[in-house]
Amino acid sequence: MKIKQIKLYAAIATSFLMVNCGNQGDAGTQKSGGALNSGIAEKVYIAPGERDEQYAFISGGYSGNLLVYGLPSGRLFKEIPVFSQFATSGYGYSEETKPMLNTSFGFVPWDDLHHPDISQTKGELDGRWVFVNGNNTPRIARVSLSTFETEEIIEVPNSAGNHSSSFVTENSEYVIAGTRFSVPVPQRDMPIKEYKSNFKGALTFIEVEPEHGHMDIKFQLIMPGFNYDLSHPGRDKSHGWFFFSTYNTEEASSLLEVNASQNDKDFIAAINWKKIEEYVNNGGGTKMPAKYAHNVYDESTHTGTSTMKDEVLTVNPSDVPGAIFLLPTPKSPHGCDVDPSGQYIIGSGKLSADLTIHSFDKMIAAIDAEKFDGEAYGIPVLKFEEVLAGTVKSGGLGPLHTEFDGKGNAYTTFFISSEVVKWKLGTWEVVDRKPTYYSVGHLMIPGGNSRKPHGKYLVALNKITKDRYLPTGPEMEHSAQIYDISGEKMELLLDFPTHGEPHYAAGCDADLIVNNSKKIYRLDENKHPYAITSPDQAKVVREGNEVHIYMSTIRSHFTPDNIEGIKIGDKVYFHITNHEQDFDVPHGFAMIGAKTSEILVMPGQTKTSLWEPSRVGVWPFYCTDFCSALHQEMQGYIRVSPANSDLELSWSLGED
Amino acid sequence: MKKASILMILGSAFILGLFVFPMWNIRLGAPQYPEPLGIDIYINGLQGENEFDIKNIDGLNHYIGMKILPKPDDMWEFSVFPLVISIMAGLGICIGLLGFLDKLSHNWFLFWFILMSVFGVLGIYDFSQWLVEYGTELDPNAIMKLMNPDGTPMKYNPPLFGHKKLLNFDAFSYPRLGGIMLWAGMMITLFAYFVGRKSLKKS
Repeated sequence: MKIKQIKLYAAIATSFLMVNCGNQGDAGTQKSGGALNSGIAEKVYIAPGERDEQYAFISGGYSGNLLVYGLPSGRLFKEIPVFSQFATSGYGYSEETKPMLNTSFGFVPWDDLHHPDISQTKGELDGRWVFVNGNNTPRIARVSLSTFETEEIIEVPNSAGNHSSSFVTENSEYVIAGTRFSVPVPQRDMPIKEYKSNFKGALTFIEVEPEHGHMDIKFQLIMPGFNYDLSHPGRDKSHGWFFFSTYNTEEASSLLEVNASQNDKDFIAAINWKKIEEYVNNGGGTKMPAKYAHNVYDESTHTGTSTMKDEVLTVNPSDVPGAIFLLPTPKSPHGCDVDPSGQYIIGSGKLSADLTIHSFDKMIAAIDAEKFDGEAYGIPVLKFEEVLAGTVKSGGLGPLHTEFDGKGNAYTTFFISSEVVKWKLGTWEVVDRKPTYYSVGHLMIPGGNSRKPHGKYLVALNKITKDRYLPTGPEMEHSAQIYDISGEKMELLLDFPTHGEPHYAAGCDADLIVNNSKKIYRLDENKHPYAITSPDQAKVVREGNEVHIYMSTIRSHFTPDNIEGIKIGDKVYFHITNHEQDFDVPHGFAMIGAKTSEILVMPGQTKTSLWEPSRVGVWPFYCTDFCSALHQEMQGYIRVSPANSDLELSWSLGED
Repeated sequence: MKKASILMILGSAFILGLFVFPMWNIRLGAPQYPEPLGIDIYINGLQGENEFDIKNIDGLNHYIGMKILPKPDDMWEFSVFPLVISIMAGLGICIGLLGFLDKLSHNWFLFWFILMSVFGVLGIYDFSQWLVEYGTELDPNAIMKLMNPDGTPMKYNPPLFGHKKLLNFDAFSYPRLGGIMLWAGMMITLFAYFVGRKSLKKS
């Protein structure tokens, strides 16, 4: 009898557990009644051969790469190496791309890529470039949306933790890089405890040349020693201003999680950059010695060049009165976002439940009426009530970042309560909320940070994955969710993993980019100094212990493929030109024992791999990209003789 | 007769379209070529439909040992055909003009049409010969030597007209605007002959 009872209890308990498990597993789709019932599957299903509606460029965080996805399918199309060496293509390993990773600290093979932003014209996305920031060793990069390659990287001096970056102004006049850490400017040997009033925060305005996008630091604003977290350009009516959120206005240098959370309000710094630009154009500012690298990749020579700069123009805020104001904003604001009309500046106090919205018009009126509430280091602090447009009583916790759909709605992520909240601009009422899985950081609506959002989908970029996918050991990819925001209520469509950490993303309609995407590089426009445009130009040239191999590839052979006369101690440069002129026919190259990655050479391109042979013998190389039915035959041999050998260089193809 | 002569001038001028537009087109599509490769055949040479199509077709053909596609200097046809077309157009226009001035009878229109037809048939014959030669005279050291089920070596000549399956490729061969203008021009001259004959009967 007793045993029977226990069994019964056990059965009841088990069924409870099972019910619970079931609930958890369905968490994403339960409310909508399952994907198949509601037609959600159809909304994200891209049939074989069909293509996605939109591009999403998602930050790869600590991978240093930029990831290209399709929306709404969530399929990964490409990983673009920017700040990290990338063995897949040879970026940062090939002789041509090593200079791209040069800095004032020397060759830095990695960085932490945070905030992609697509270039704009008249406040709308123009699909020409994506700008991204390297957070660790401060750098800004420009990625071409015709080649989908990194074209330029500029280092940012006097900055540390390049986080409130890389956002572009309405006509891509500037890409902005703000420092997260304040540091001694210029750097010097001094006690850390003397942080207060001695450390400075540099906000850098990098001019973008309109035709080719080349970047140059126009000026650096040397601000008080706060932490500058995120930033956003004004647009439309507020075009000409830039807004930076700050934390640690306490100016603590240790245990910031406590010491930087003491002030009830930090600031959003409003900067009239047009005014400062005018000041600088009239000869204002102070030139300061500073060492920083500027690396440019030339598409016609397929080669990057690194130039070291030695001077930067700095501007002291107090020298440009009336250009900089501080807007008190509760609780260590993270996001600092501007709505499509340019009227509202949304501060997300990450330690608070509410959003603080400032009004641009009220800010201008308060400045004109000098409604100040003291100052910080000579910068006027505006009265909170005088600039406040409203507060969103969200009911969530830990607001981080807001974007817009262009229909009068705003969408804010809440990290602590793991949700996206939709609310109305102007009335500040919450209209919908949906959970995210889990702990969402930024969100992205294609074009959602421009005057004209392409608002159909919303992508939530999460920090924590836990049980969303099949487990892969302790380390897992981050997860993202796609929501349909075309209706009154948001609808969760899809979960998909992202690589590295998705700090932020930029997206746009596919039409903006598709037709500009390059298919090949023209061989007849290849100006690489070691390129050969015809296989009969193939040769091997010795210059002391440097050997240059001018080699070409076409399906399915290397020219030449037998080389003799290489000696121990030589530095052998394989300069490989891919003679294909057909879309999607790269050839790869790898040499046994080479202490580097393979290189992947696109049609019409030249890339160089360095090999320093260390052993006598006959050593093979081969094509690493399955190029054709005879790919496996695409191989060759190099004979390596002792250092004192007097064997002359010789090379051949097809001579048996 | 005036109307017929104008038609004769028009018809023979029409064939000059061959100098502007391609005569014929051969297009090769395969699963991995969602954008097919194409050759436009002009009277004075070959051109890729897209800039690098010829190079890419040659690249593929090297597997089966085909010769590379001819450059204008490689084939006498590319210098003789333009000459023939120029002379024939000039001749046709002259005949038309003389007809207009009543110096010639409409029978000359038919003569021109027959002469042009003979050249046309010869041209098509030559073209088909070239296709066969090109598709069958293969490098004995070709990478892929494929046999038909009956043991004979596989031939790769594209069809003279219409569709043919060549290994993984679908080959399509059709006239283009230049060829259509040639045909239309010839038809107009034939029509001119009949119009001329009719007007003679009337008078």
